[in-house]
Formats: sequence, structure tokens, C-alpha cells
Amino acid sequence: MNLKQLTLGLAAAAAMTGSAYAYELTVPTLDYRTGPYAPNGIPFANGFSDYFTLLNERDGGINGVKIKLVPCETSYNTKKGVECYEKTKNAGNGALFYSPLSTGMTYQLIPKVTADGIPLYTMGYGRTSAANGKVFKWVFNVPMTYWDGATVAVQYAADKSGGMDKLKGKKIALVYHNSAYGKEPIRTLEVMSKKYGFELKLLPVDHPGQEQKATWLQIRRDRPDWVFMWGWGVMNQVAIKEAASIRFPMDHFIGVWWSGSENDVLPAGAKADGYKALAFHAPGADFPLHKDIIKYVYDGGKAVDPSYKDRVGEVLYNRGLVNALWAAEAIRTGMNIHKTKEPTAAQVRDGFEALDVSEARLKELGLPGFTFGVKVTCANHKGPGKVAVQSWDAKAKKWSIVTDFYQPMDDITGPLVEEDSAKFAKENNITPRECK
Amino acid sequence: MFYREAGQFKTSYRADQALFPIAQDRYFVIAVVLAAFVVVPFVITDYWANALLLPFLIYALAAIGLNILTGYCGQLSLGTGGFLAVGAYASYKLMTAFPELNIIIVFLLSGLITAMVGVLFGIPSLRIKGFYLAVATLASQFFIVWLFNKVPWFFNYSATGQITVPPREVLGFLVTGPNASPAATYLFTLGFVAVFALMAKNLARGNVGRSWMAIRDMDIAAEIIGIRPLKTKLIAFAVSSFYIGVAGALLFAVWLGSAEPTEAFGIDQSFLILFMIIIGGLGSILGSFMGAAFMTLMPIFLKNFMVDGLGVQPALSEHVQIVLMGTLIIFFLIVEPHGLARLWQIAKEKLRIWPFPY
Repeated sequence: MNLKQLTLGLAAAAAMTGSAYAYELTVPTLDYRTGPYAPNGIPFANGFSDYFTLLNERDGGINGVKIKLVPCETSYNTKKGVECYEKTKNAGNGALFYSPLSTGMTYQLIPKVTADGIPLYTMGYGRTSAANGKVFKWVFNVPMTYWDGATVAVQYAADKSGGMDKLKGKKIALVYHNSAYGKEPIRTLEVMSKKYGFELKLLPVDHPGQEQKATWLQIRRDRPDWVFMWGWGVMNQVAIKEAASIRFPMDHFIGVWWSGSENDVLPAGAKADGYKALAFHAPGADFPLHKDIIKYVYDGGKAVDPSYKDRVGEVLYNRGLVNALWAAEAIRTGMNIHKTKEPTAAQVRDGFEALDVSEARLKELGLPGFTFGVKVTCANHKGPGKVAVQSWDAKAKKWSIVTDFYQPMDDITGPLVEEDSAKFAKENNITPRECK
Repeated sequence: MFYREAGQFKTSYRADQALFPIAQDRYFVIAVVLAAFVVVPFVITDYWANALLLPFLIYALAAIGLNILTGYCGQLSLGTGGFLAVGAYASYKLMTAFPELNIIIVFLLSGLITAMVGVLFGIPSLRIKGFYLAVATLASQFFIVWLFNKVPWFFNYSATGQITVPPREVLGFLVTGPNASPAATYLFTLGFVAVFALMAKNLARGNVGRSWMAIRDMDIAAEIIGIRPLKTKLIAFAVSSFYIGVAGALLFAVWLGSAEPTEAFGIDQSFLILFMIIIGGLGSILGSFMGAAFMTLMPIFLKNFMVDGLGVQPALSEHVQIVLMGTLIIFFLIVEPHGLARLWQIAKEKLRIWPFPY
């Protein structure tokens, strides 16, 4: 790289930013396609980007306004995340919302987006108490939270044991990523263990999670009745392989929705058969929307990652897709409320708060029966909070949802959300707003 | 021609022992510092502060701290990440326990607490030397991070073990929290770094610094000429940890705003700062700044150049950036094993005899 190339490059960059553009909806994508979390980051990032690309290619954007994606690589590292946030927040016409796909980064961004006035959409991750819209005006975690997930995992275990009262004296181990993300469910599980009388064992796994021999040795010794897992990245594959090697019964091993995708179970081969994971949407590529994506995005040569075509429909791909879908609907709602073609981040926030994607609307969007309907209100930023359980079939190499959608136990999580959000409000001198 | 000291006569010991005895050096440094204090705050943006200048300054301070221990006193340490964490958690506990306490005092106290922890882990350095000491300090790194994960008192029993900084002011300007202006956070950090860099420079040329260097160069000889190894090494550990503790407090409170121990203060931080002083120059304050600049700014510069300038995809640019950084590190170490500071010195030597080299 010599000086001439450098000046040429910089000149090109200056020219690009200097010239005038028509208004575009600016959506920063904080992806991670590198590092130990890339196996999970790539499918999600592809699904997220492909949906917006599809809207551009098929419908000409949202309400006729084109979307501009601004990618930034974070490597799931909060320090790089800060750089990415600062870099992208004023890109184009100003970032409309952020979805960092990292609980650590979410904690870092919550104060920043609140100060800058940009909505933060953390779909099923991040700070659980952000469900309280009275305190967290700018943060949304539709359609459910980790604490909802924890209550559902316990409910499922109870169902299989024959009722909530049968949990007494049972042992449940939580294998978790030793970070803000993995620690999220602990408080709920502790409360539940007191209430239902099961014994809770906490087994942290340090970043990046390749070394878990000691953890699984402990599980082999203690023989818990159930193992729950809050894992991410390579940690998932390693845990499932280790569980298989100590012959832990896979149908008593339940991962959170971030520990249940194809690349987590495939490395363990046939032994992963019957592994369970929480889920809030269907896997697979049999929906009309996926056909459109193949047609417009991949065959149209517009995909960010063209080599990914055969894997469209994987669990995490669909998750990126539905993240983008709900966000796009929020942008649309915001544009409709304020009757504008050039929404600001604040108007998009209003759209998130009025988000209402029913099952009928999902069908219109090409995802019939994909997930449940969600509705956000001023006070409730987490939506319905429903969760189902999916199971891995190692022979067919397919995930399938095996239960109905469970209702979360709001009587347990409600007071915890109140307590945690009140703490945040106090620390940051926020007066909770009134919600009609 | 321009850069030579011919005609600059020193008439007192004071002038002879000045920090920058050559006038051109002095003017240059004064100009840079003035620009940093007076000009930059008016042009600084969020991106420049949070993505570039704050990490550069904070890592420079941490690198000075490690340089005191490793570069001047010769004690190899891999516990820097852990000491950063001690500084960060000390500042968090002090800020939340005594909300009225001035933030500058909070940071100085965090430094002192870290110094005490540093001395504690420095005690084995009397018996353990070289690589073995590195391994002993490595243990401190893992122990401290484990402790901050394990004991909920340190993170005020928050649900996730995250610590988040409360907003604090200096002279009516917010310096921590999301509403702080980039100029305020920058000036606040710069103030700390400037004062402590000056102190370090003076410490290193004084009695204490000379005894550190004596220990570094040959500890038995140093002992024979009357330098007490215990005292000297422990002072080095204390001063070094103090600097790193203040850097850790700044890193958490001013730059990141929230942190969790495993990620923000992991072993990679220890290595990063060690690489900074190796590339910048062991036993050089200027080298600490150069190393910090190289390791924090170069990756971002390469990334922005590739993504914005050449239109490379971000993921590919990340991989290329890692390769380029590795290559550059090897290149600089081959060209000058004594670091960037030595390169700078050579450049100055050449300038002095230009245009008549001999």
C-alpha cells in the first residue's frame, strides 16, 4: 500500500460522502462475521441483511423509500462495538435503529442511545428489564426476554416430570457463558428454585468457551436431572459434544434460543439427536418469503454473502430475518403514524412502540404460521413473551418445534423486571414516564 | 540545518538538566501539548473522542504504567488486565458508595487501591525472576477477573455482573455517562495523561528511576552498590499499578461507560499493553505513546481505509486488517528491535547532522 493508493482511496471516500443522495432509510448492521462467535453471527447477519435487500429489490424499499444498509464488523467485541456505533450513527441520513446482537454491547449502548435518541431493538437478548417501557423509552426487546425463556424452560421440565410440584428435589444445572448474557437468567432461576424447591447448580464457562472439560466432569459427577444452557458461538458446539461424550440424555438438555441452530448440533453428529432448544419462530425455508429471497436476492446477485444460498432457512438465518421484519414493520408504522417519507429515529421509535404484527399480517408478509403475533405498548416493550421448544433430529438434520407456545410466568418475572428497571432509573436519574 | 543545538549554551545546571535541553525539541513538545489542549477540544466529534482519542490516551497511560515496571525495572508482568480491572471496580465502588466524592479524588484513590494490590502481587518478584515472574503475574490476572465475576459485592449485586458508570461532573461539566460532551471527556482524560506522563518522565530520570534501571540491568550489582531490591521492586510495582489503576478507572468510567470483567479486562488486554510497550520501546515514555497509538489507531485506520476508501466488505477487511497488523508488527520489530521510540531517536540524530552526514 503506497502513498498514491492511499490518497486515491481517501479521495474516493471523500467523493462518496461528499456527493448528494436522495433520502434513504439508514440501517446500520453491527455484524460479526469474524472471531469465535462468527459461526452464529454469519447466519444471523445474512438473514438480517437479506430481508432489507429483498424489500429494496422487490418492493422498492419501505413505503417506496429505499433502505441503505451500513455494515460494521464488531467481532462480538464491545470495544469495537463502541467504535462501530460512533461511526455509523450519523451515516447517511442518520441511523434509524440498532440491533447489535450482543448483550454486552446492549448494556453499553442503552445509555448512549437514550442520550442520542436512537431506538435500540434487542430481539430476545440484552437487558431483560428493558421490557419496562416506562423506564426504557428507547429500548425494545420484542417478542420475549431471557427471563421469560427461563420460566418456559422450567415449565417444560415440569411438564416432562409430571407437573410443577414434581420439581421438588430435582437438580437443574445451568451451563452459561460467563458474561452479562449468560448471567441474565440466573436471577429468575434462583427465584423459581426457591418457589418450586429444585436445586440450582451454576456452571460458568469463560469466553470463548472451547474448554469445558471441567464443567462436564462436574455434571457427570452431580448427575443433574436437567441441564439448561445459555451459550453462544463455539461454546454451543463444544457443550453439545461434551454432553454427548459423557452420555448425558439429550432430551434433558435444553438450550436457550441462541443455543439451538444447525451449526451448534451438526458437529456432534448422530449423538446430538433429541437435543432441545427454546424457540420463538419456525425453522426451515418452506415459506413464500424464502422463495422471494432466493429469487430476488440470491438469483438477482444482490446477496451480501452469495455462497450462503444453500443454507437459507437455518434457524439463525430465520432469526435475522424476523428481526429485520419486525424492525421494518416498525419503520413502516412510524412512517404511517407521522405520514412522512423521511422518518427520523424518534419517529421510528414511535413506530416500535405502536408495532402490531398479527398472524394475518405475517401471512401477508410471506411467513404464514412462522411465529405468533406481537403487539407492543408504551409500558410493555417485550411483547407477548411466548416461547416454544424445538427438537433436533440428527438423521433428517432438521429442527422442528415439538410443543405449543408456552406462556411465560409473568407473576415471577414481573416483580423482577420492576425491581431491576427501578434500579436503573435510580442510577440514571430517570423519572418513569406515564403510560396511558 | 534547522534541527541542531549549535549556539544553545547552558549556563546553569538547571538548564542543563531540563526535560528537553534542545530548544527545538522543547518548542515542538510545547506546541503539540498546546494544540492538544487548546485546538483539539474545539474540533473534536463523538467519533474522534470515543473511537480514537480516548482509547489512545487511556492505553497510553496504561502503557506508561507497564513500561515503568517492565521497561525501567525489568519485571515482566502479564497482570495488566487484572490491574485495569482493579482500577475500574475500585472507581465503581467508590463512585456508588460515596456519590458526593469528587471524581478526580475517586480516580486517584482507585489508583492507590490498585497500587496496594500491585504491591501484594509484586512481593513474589523478589524470589521469582524473568519468565517465571510473568507466569506468577498471569495468575493475578486470572484471579482478579475470577474474583470480580464471583463476588457480587464488587458489582453491587446487579443481575448480570455488569457495572455501569453513574454520571459525574468536574467543574460543572459532565465527564462520565452518555451525556458527557466529547470535549469534556477528552480534556479530562488528557489532563490525567499529561500530568502523569510528566511525573513518570521525571521519576524515571531521578533517583528512583536510576535504581530501577540498575535493578533491571543487573540486580546483584545493584544490590552491591547499595540499592535495596525489595524496596525498589515494590516501588516499581506500586507506581506501575497506580498508573494502570487510574487508566482502568478512565477506561471504564470515561470511555466504555459499562463493563464486564471477562471481556473488558481479559488476558488479551494484558498482551495488548505488553505489545504496545514492546513495539513502542521498552524504557521510554514517548515509546508508550507511540505503541499505544500504533496498536489502537492503526487497526481503525486500516479498517476505515479499506471499507470506506476501497469499498472492501467489512468482514474481509477485518481479516486483512489482522494480517496487515501482524505484518507491520514484524516489519517494525525487524527494522528496529528497540521500538518506535528508537526509530524516532535515530530520525532525530539524522536530522541533526543533515545536510552534512558523516
